[in-house]
Amino acid sequence: MIKDKSFFAEKSREIRRLTVECIGDLGVGHLGGCLSVIDVLTVLYYSVMNVDPKNPCREGRDRLVLSKGHAGPALYSILADKGFFPKEELFTLNRAGTNLPSHCDMLRTPGVDMTTGALGQGFSCAVGIAIGSKIKKDNATVYAVIGDGESQEGQIWEAAMYAAHRRLDNLIACTDYNKLQIDGPTEEINTLGDLGAKWASFDWFVQRVDGHDHLAILTAIERAKTNSDGRPSMIILDTVKGKGVSFIEEAGANNHNMPITSEQVQIALKELS
Amino acid sequence: MEMRAIFAAELDQMMEKDERVVVIDADLSKANGTLFLRGKYPERAFDVGVAEQNMASIAAGLASYGFVPFITSFCPFATRRICDQLAVSIAYARQNVKIVGSDPGISAELNGGTHMGMEDIAIMRSIPSMVVFEPVDGIQLKKAMPQILKHEGPVYLRLFRKKRPQIFNEDYEFDLFKADVLKEGRDVSIIASGIMVEEALKAHAELKSQGIEAEVINVHTLKPLDSEVILKSVQKTGCAVTAENHNIIGGLRSAVAETISEYFPVPLKSVGVQDVFGEVGRLEELKDIFGLTAETIAVQARKAIAAKNS
Repeated sequence: MIKDKSFFAEKSREIRRLTVECIGDLGVGHLGGCLSVIDVLTVLYYSVMNVDPKNPCREGRDRLVLSKGHAGPALYSILADKGFFPKEELFTLNRAGTNLPSHCDMLRTPGVDMTTGALGQGFSCAVGIAIGSKIKKDNATVYAVIGDGESQEGQIWEAAMYAAHRRLDNLIACTDYNKLQIDGPTEEINTLGDLGAKWASFDWFVQRVDGHDHLAILTAIERAKTNSDGRPSMIILDTVKGKGVSFIEEAGANNHNMPITSEQVQIALKELS
Repeated sequence: MEMRAIFAAELDQMMEKDERVVVIDADLSKANGTLFLRGKYPERAFDVGVAEQNMASIAAGLASYGFVPFITSFCPFATRRICDQLAVSIAYARQNVKIVGSDPGISAELNGGTHMGMEDIAIMRSIPSMVVFEPVDGIQLKKAMPQILKHEGPVYLRLFRKKRPQIFNEDYEFDLFKADVLKEGRDVSIIASGIMVEEALKAHAELKSQGIEAEVINVHTLKPLDSEVILKSVQKTGCAVTAENHNIIGGLRSAVAETISEYFPVPLKSVGVQDVFGEVGRLEELKDIFGLTAETIAVQARKAIAAKNS
């Protein structure tokens, strides 16, 4: 297991560059939400998850459900870097006939474990996968990444209640808590209140960490595996939407699905170099 | 035997033979007859509580893991309420999940309008890849279950829960994708589904006494529609009546009209729920209130014949 701070720092910068480049090549995309989850995805794919780019459908592998499916391009950059498919394919993003649509599609993209995009549904699917793994007794761990805006969906809480009821300790979920949604700050649109207390009251093992601190994320995942006392785990990640590129961060809620010019791509790449 | 008992007994057999089969309920296992499966297959038969959206997406997750889940509820909650989960988690992601909605249309009886799926076929027909099936009796249900399991992809089973009069003999064999011609006739095609097949057969007898030979077709699978059998029939009879326990918009009438208007237009009349919501009552009372009767079918058949001859 990789625990090297500088490796994570460099790798996540590289993934941010790739993500900005492929969205930039198209000229528009979900930059904010992609950049906010790259650190947790980097920790999962380069250090934690048991997956094989040569055999993406191997039974018993760990699985990731990116329930906030609009962050697909961030995941695609990692999958390409790991060799699930050629990096050049990243530049087909969202073009007709591509295998890389804006929202995750398990039928098209090698390494994508669940089709997502209709918010709230992916998380329930992850619960189903975790139940499936328990029935097959294959010891896989199921990871799910949900959005904070997505947490306004009722289905999230249906799934939360049932995962706790079934004591799915093989399910580790993360909330990308960047405090912004399309229409503005979550606090102003429909507050999540004390998010940690909500998950705790659903009988989840809850931790809260800096979502851009790789070692803190890694430690939280390790604790989720050992200390959850039979419960599913929620790791709330305090994140910044658009993390790593100043002008995208500054766009705030407008960075959800924002246009980007080739000049801006160069500015972003310079900042990420 | 009640339809739900036949359904659950078939599931029991499948679960015994095939470890992929999972049954998920949403607090209606007693109504749907599936409760006992939990005792026999505690890992593969379970209840998510009153959370149909969660049930559908959990099933999708299980399907992605190689299981074949059957999810059950009443018609409107298995379709109307969770349309997006069926479309995205299940159909769009090509997950092999079977959706079972019981108490179709007016058969929800005393549960009334909130529990009456009058639009479920319309919803399910419009979702790509969804097979829509409504058995006419217990024999057909029994013979359909292995075919539903064998079919790779989502299937909607529109299930009458209680007893249905027997239409077929024990030795009946059928293909899930081929409509049944129950009576041959040359004057009018009566194309019916579900509980309306019984009414269509009564209408056939009434019309026969008046010298009218009606052809009666049971459309058990509303999608994909067996257009071959329907077109062959209307080419012979020159007019048709549809009869369904569903809104006349989006269900059997629409499916038949889409086919014949494109390939062989003939006068078409319909019997069904006239774009109104349901209400409480016993099945026989509701049949009269909504005009879902043999008499209505016979009236419409005569109108179709008159239109053909005018």
